[in-house]
Amino acid sequence: MIETYIPVIIMILVGLGFGVANILLAEYIGPRRPTKEKISTYESGMEPVKSARERFSVKFYMVAMLFILFDIEVVFMYPWAVQFKALGTVGYVAMFLFMILLFAGYIYIIKKGALKWD
Amino acid sequence: MDSIAQTIDAVLYWLAQPNILNILVLSVAKGGLVLNIILVIAAFLVWLERKVSAWMQYRDGPNRVGPFGLLQPLADVLKLYTKEDISPKNADKFFHRLAPVISIAIAISILCVVIPATYIYVGPEKLKFYFSVAPNVNVGMLVILALTSIGVFGVTLAGWSSNNKYSLMGGLRSSAQMISYELSMGLALIGVLMIAGSLDMNNIITSQANGKWNIFFQPLGFIIFLVASFAETNRAPFDLPEAEPELVGGYHTEYSGMKFGLFYLAEYANMATSSAVLTTLFLGGYDAPFAKELLGLQDGTLLMVLVQFGTFFAKVFALLFFFIWVRWTLPRFRYDQLMNLGWKVMLPLSLANILVTGGVMLLLKQFGIL
Repeated sequence: MIETYIPVIIMILVGLGFGVANILLAEYIGPRRPTKEKISTYESGMEPVKSARERFSVKFYMVAMLFILFDIEVVFMYPWAVQFKALGTVGYVAMFLFMILLFAGYIYIIKKGALKWD
Repeated sequence: MDSIAQTIDAVLYWLAQPNILNILVLSVAKGGLVLNIILVIAAFLVWLERKVSAWMQYRDGPNRVGPFGLLQPLADVLKLYTKEDISPKNADKFFHRLAPVISIAIAISILCVVIPATYIYVGPEKLKFYFSVAPNVNVGMLVILALTSIGVFGVTLAGWSSNNKYSLMGGLRSSAQMISYELSMGLALIGVLMIAGSLDMNNIITSQANGKWNIFFQPLGFIIFLVASFAETNRAPFDLPEAEPELVGGYHTEYSGMKFGLFYLAEYANMATSSAVLTTLFLGGYDAPFAKELLGLQDGTLLMVLVQFGTFFAKVFALLFFFIWVRWTLPRFRYDQLMNLGWKVMLPLSLANILVTGGVMLLLKQFGIL
């Protein structure tokens, strides 16, 4: 069973190898003449102001957290979808109830304004 | 002639034996082949994109290097190799290098389950010799989703490690956009899974045999998946991560030379992969209705494999042309519009799609049609 996944691992290694080889090759072939201006951070030609390691909008954290919550629910639906024909009406009703719960949470986050971008 | 065919048959028969050494040798060989194929497709796409945009804007496009400018992508690659590789002083050196590697590695490795598992019979026992890299993975769709999720890291790390405000904003926007649309994407394909009853890419294709393509039964799912793949690949009209007027180059502002080239390549490879997944899920994969009857082909012959691959790639390229067409037709979204579309329109729609699909399937079962 596990041997069917060996090609997947090898393919990931092939991809990684291709990327690493290309970067090393390009660094070897290409010229290297760094100047002070060239290696400074690009900020539309201005002197860079402070670092980019600053605080940023909390919205992005919200989206990330909501994604994790919802993605787990989605993954939960895959086995159900594959077995749908065997589960029949009982399975359908169960998933319907599950979705109502999911949707209640969804309405809650919308009302709380967690997804408001302005 | 006959003896050559027999020799090839014998070699393939020997390779088709399921032992660990053969699996290793075959996957390395096929992996290299697939890598080459995707590089050629990506190079061709770069050329096609420039040509199509030129036609749409009443220009000629690249026409100097080779016939019709076909060798332009090769010239571009040579140029990228000889460019100076600048990494900014304040950047995190390790992650700055790692990010493009992750992007390209994921873009390439997804193909191992995306390429359809066509096969020929070899040897006296009619063993199946597969032409895809990982033919028997029974959760192919999960592998695709898992690898796509890892792809987000490439973009996020590129944005963070550059230590540039534009890059950081671009990376954040991009990752928020990708994970938001991944939800709708994952929900939209549940309808297909319910019809096919399997996560195996091969079973999904065979469940649509003879023109019973899922696009006819799941039109809403198809549209949601299509829109989501535009957002996943950061293509217009959802190319906000690299919105030039506000963010310069987005997450790859600080990348130059071949590192930038790898991001560029990954974008086109991802486009090809998304089209291939769409073809598999909704357009019947390699299924060409009536081909078997009209041409009198048998499963497991070389001719059948050629017809199947031809059909598959014809569909993929039709979708790729659509990707390019949309980019040069529609204007860019605003960021709040993008997030609202993802969370407040597509998410409820895809949930409704699952319920409707399930209800209809149960009704059909009640009447004994399914």
